[in-house]
Amino acid sequence: MSELLTTVDGRPLKAALASAERTKRIRAVLLVMPLFIFIFFSFLYPIALMLYRSVENPLIAQHMPETVAVLENWDGKEVPGEEAFAALAKDLVAARKSREIGKVATRLNFETPGLRSVITGSARSAGKWEPPFKEKFLDRRKQWGEVETWATIKRLSPTITSVNYLAAVDRQYNVDGEIVKIGSDYQIYVDLFMRTMWMSIVVTVACLVLGFPIAYMLASLPLRHSNLLMILVLLPFWTSLLVRTTSWIVLLQTQGVLNDLMVWSGIIDDAQRVQLIFNAQGTVIAMTQILLPFMVLPLYSVMKTIPPSYLRAAESLGAHRFLAFWRIYVPNTLPGVGAGCLLVFILAIGYYITPALVGGQDGQMISNMIAFHMQKSLNWGLAAALGGILLGGVIILYWLYNKLVGIDRLKLG
Amino acid sequence: MSQISLPDHAGPVETVWHWTYILICAFVFLFLIAPILVIIPLSFNAEPYFTFTKEMMSLKPEAFSMRWYEDFMAKEIWQRSIGNSFFIAFCSTALATALGTLAALGLSRSEMPYKGLFMGLLISPMIVPLVITAAGIFFFYATVNDYVPLTGTYLGIILAHTVLGTPFVVITVTATLSGFDHSLTRAGAMLGADPTTVFFKIIMPLILPGVISGALFAFVTSFDEVVVVLFVASVEQQTIPRQMWAGIRESISPTILAVATILICISIVLLATVELLRRRSERLRGMSPG
Repeated sequence: MSELLTTVDGRPLKAALASAERTKRIRAVLLVMPLFIFIFFSFLYPIALMLYRSVENPLIAQHMPETVAVLENWDGKEVPGEEAFAALAKDLVAARKSREIGKVATRLNFETPGLRSVITGSARSAGKWEPPFKEKFLDRRKQWGEVETWATIKRLSPTITSVNYLAAVDRQYNVDGEIVKIGSDYQIYVDLFMRTMWMSIVVTVACLVLGFPIAYMLASLPLRHSNLLMILVLLPFWTSLLVRTTSWIVLLQTQGVLNDLMVWSGIIDDAQRVQLIFNAQGTVIAMTQILLPFMVLPLYSVMKTIPPSYLRAAESLGAHRFLAFWRIYVPNTLPGVGAGCLLVFILAIGYYITPALVGGQDGQMISNMIAFHMQKSLNWGLAAALGGILLGGVIILYWLYNKLVGIDRLKLG
Repeated sequence: MSQISLPDHAGPVETVWHWTYILICAFVFLFLIAPILVIIPLSFNAEPYFTFTKEMMSLKPEAFSMRWYEDFMAKEIWQRSIGNSFFIAFCSTALATALGTLAALGLSRSEMPYKGLFMGLLISPMIVPLVITAAGIFFFYATVNDYVPLTGTYLGIILAHTVLGTPFVVITVTATLSGFDHSLTRAGAMLGADPTTVFFKIIMPLILPGVISGALFAFVTSFDEVVVVLFVASVEQQTIPRQMWAGIRESISPTILAVATILICISIVLLATVELLRRRSERLRGMSPG
């Protein structure tokens, strides 16, 4: 074996090389760190916080400690005894004093509709009552004589809970603690998830069908011409989302440009103007136009790399023009098709602005429900759970995209 | 020779198909661009309608007016929105560009460990649905509000918009660096330049087009963002998109069309800038134009 190779100052070459590479590695990491730390604190941590919101449940344990303690040993078969009612009275009075009773009532009401007034009403009276409490509670509100009410309190007493996720898929615990479907009148979220998926698929397919021909045209025209046409794709890409959504309202509403045009040209009567917007159809049309550039750009960049000689070779070997296109050209575009479809689908599934403005009743998507629970109903736990499920789906698709396409090959114009 | 043009020996089927294809493409291009173009003439409507009046169709001059632009200029709320939008977008763009460019420099070095993972995490703000990001930021700001007031402050909005803008900077700068010849920096270092000089004299001029494109993307992202503003801003931080959102939902007036037209003009300018930069960058790196 040869002697150990060393540098001029006598260090083994291997060690010197390793230390030099370590320095380089540290330098590279140091360049990335500022952004990573920033993204960690203002993006990753907030998202984690939201996910935590979807399972945390401190309210009942914090503001009804006595009741929760008594109910720990309750078998859930029949209405508990005086001990539980005494604890309840104590908790309600204390919660009313600390002005937290409203929150408690709202939280219980999310789980079992109707409990809000039961809680606030009883809390108002409980301060004046003397023991024994059971009868007085039962007189005040008949719900206290129902196992369901007590089961709801018991179910919400753990500080970590799965009720939000269950609610997000239209499920809940029944009195026996089994997971059951909720009443059919309240089942909305599974349908909404399905509709969101369905609308995103329709938008993706529409983008592919519309995007493929023009990407092909852009890729095969000489650059001078294709650059001009490319502007028609890129200008919408750069135009404000709100502007484009406004445009669709202007175009499609019943008193809008398209209906006017149809009436004017005699296709339809003034009385039978078509409702094109403020429904699912309007959302799909507007979203297709808004997301189309995200399909055209990846398709174009893949098509640009397919040598035209392939098609000529196939034709000279006797294939018909159409057959050559289908058997030779289309399979070569598949990476672009995959990239475009995944990107459009990922963006479509989380869409909020456009459905909110042009969706009407049946064109709403899951993001709109999340925003509704965040801003209107203030059921943050449920909003976070719905967001968690949506996020899970998006992460899987993102992972797939990264695997198939590579995130570093994302093209922007 | 282009594949689009029809060969001389084309039969009737191919001829018909050829023209059908051209027609389909024309329709798709129309679908893309018509909604944007239709808004421009409508914004000069003299009547408070969102459609073309008979007088407009016959091009009578009195059917057109600047009244919605005057309305836009006169309303204090729109003026404040414009100021806010530009201020927030400038600040967040500056932050996003600085952080994103540094990170892209690190990410494009071959020595960078866990490159894919870091890249994936740093790009994710672009992929995660905005409502989820906005909800997360809302919860986060609510918990830290006692120490740093972020809900309903300019700082809060700027930081959130910076998060949304950085992926664009990272992507464009990494793309510019992918064709970057690293022997140039070594040559600079060998000739005695310290790393700072190498950065400003050699790297920066070459990646500048990518940096500017990324900055413009970040700017547009912030300038057009409404969900985060809806979730964490107060009335004081009213931006143009927020005001348009309110206008479309509540009191729809053609002033919105005037604002939309102005925004379209801004996007045309931005698009032209980015295209020029892209061509310049490709020329500098010796790639073919286009």
